[in-house]
Amino acid sequence: MTTVVSLVVVALLLWLALWTVVARDAFLAVAGFVVYGLLLALVWVRLAGIDVALTEAAIGGGLTGALLLGAVGRLRGTEAATWAERSGPGMRAFAALLSLAVSAVLALCVLLLPEPAPTLAPLVVPNLPATGVANPITGVLLAFRALDTLLEAIVLVIALIGVWSLAPDRFWGGRPGPRYSADPNGILAYLARVLPPMGIVIGIYLFWAGADHPGGKFQSATILAAMWMLVQMAGLADAPRIDNRWVRVGIVAGPLLFIAIGALGLPTAGAFLGYPPEWAKPMILAIEVALLPTLVLVLALLLNGAPARDDAAQARSNPR
Amino acid sequence: MSTLLDAISIVAIVAGAFFYLAGTVGLLRFPDAYTRLHALTKADNLGLVLVVIGLLPQVDGVLAGLKLVLVWLLVMLSSAAVSQLIARSARRREPRA
Repeated sequence: MTTVVSLVVVALLLWLALWTVVARDAFLAVAGFVVYGLLLALVWVRLAGIDVALTEAAIGGGLTGALLLGAVGRLRGTEAATWAERSGPGMRAFAALLSLAVSAVLALCVLLLPEPAPTLAPLVVPNLPATGVANPITGVLLAFRALDTLLEAIVLVIALIGVWSLAPDRFWGGRPGPRYSADPNGILAYLARVLPPMGIVIGIYLFWAGADHPGGKFQSATILAAMWMLVQMAGLADAPRIDNRWVRVGIVAGPLLFIAIGALGLPTAGAFLGYPPEWAKPMILAIEVALLPTLVLVLALLLNGAPARDDAAQARSNPR
Repeated sequence: MSTLLDAISIVAIVAGAFFYLAGTVGLLRFPDAYTRLHALTKADNLGLVLVVIGLLPQVDGVLAGLKLVLVWLLVMLSSAAVSQLIARSARRREPRA
């Protein structure tokens, strides 16, 4: 019975993936992609990867979907022109061949994996108590493979700088995106008042539970960033200016503290990013606490996009 | 006692699945955005309530049950709000009569 369910989900997943690629309308393709992300989260639940499922639903389906929807909105003007263009048959054949070849290589790699798959899990399990966290995912991410997590956080900060650098010079330092306005008595404003208190509690719960249960800073940061975006879209608060000192401090604080604690490991534990055993849990907690605001700010500001208006400069140029 | 609870669960979840099916049929068959939204939100909310009621006797502990009820309330809130927003956006796109 469960095999049938799994097969149906896999078939649906493949069909959705194909549909997302084939769909000509960009909006429909993104809608397909979001549903694909949610279905993929279900697959991870079936594979007992609850942490991955949470991340896939929050980041893969939710956040990436929202980013792509923003891109669709910005490309609306040029979409009709793109449809009119048709690439030649040679180009199409080449693209089809290339994607088939990549799929074939990937399938071959998966099929040729040694059985049982090489794993470090048996090594992790006896050493996990030394980290002081009970969730093996958090243990691996912040102790055994802390370097990956550090680089991930830095990549996100660099991505945000990349998005900001797309701003025209006259808007540099200003506020990103459009100023949203909505009916202050409408349903969106109502939702933006009712949902965030619950969302913030759930986000912090997911963060705190991450030490011992599935959850963690990424999933938590996505929920908190979503609450912030909801408040912005309902017109209840504006996006921050990107030259706001506190915003910038918050963005770099997480990675900087991570690097500082990592450097502290050199004299105390003999390795960069090593933790002295009795201090492992508090240090991991400090890194998580410092990374949370960084991630919330970066994820929300990535959704906001490049600075597109500068109230201060406008006020200077046309005083009323 | 447990047989009775299981029977309640089965009846409620099957009824919930039926309402989900009805909502999906409405989504596929109804002619415009408003009627489709009507089918989706009405039928699916009822379906979710029935599924949650069916699952409640099966959870261990009050806390897990409260989480289920919270999920139900949050989905109700978001589906009600989102259906209004979609309907408003659909109405804005209509040619003015």
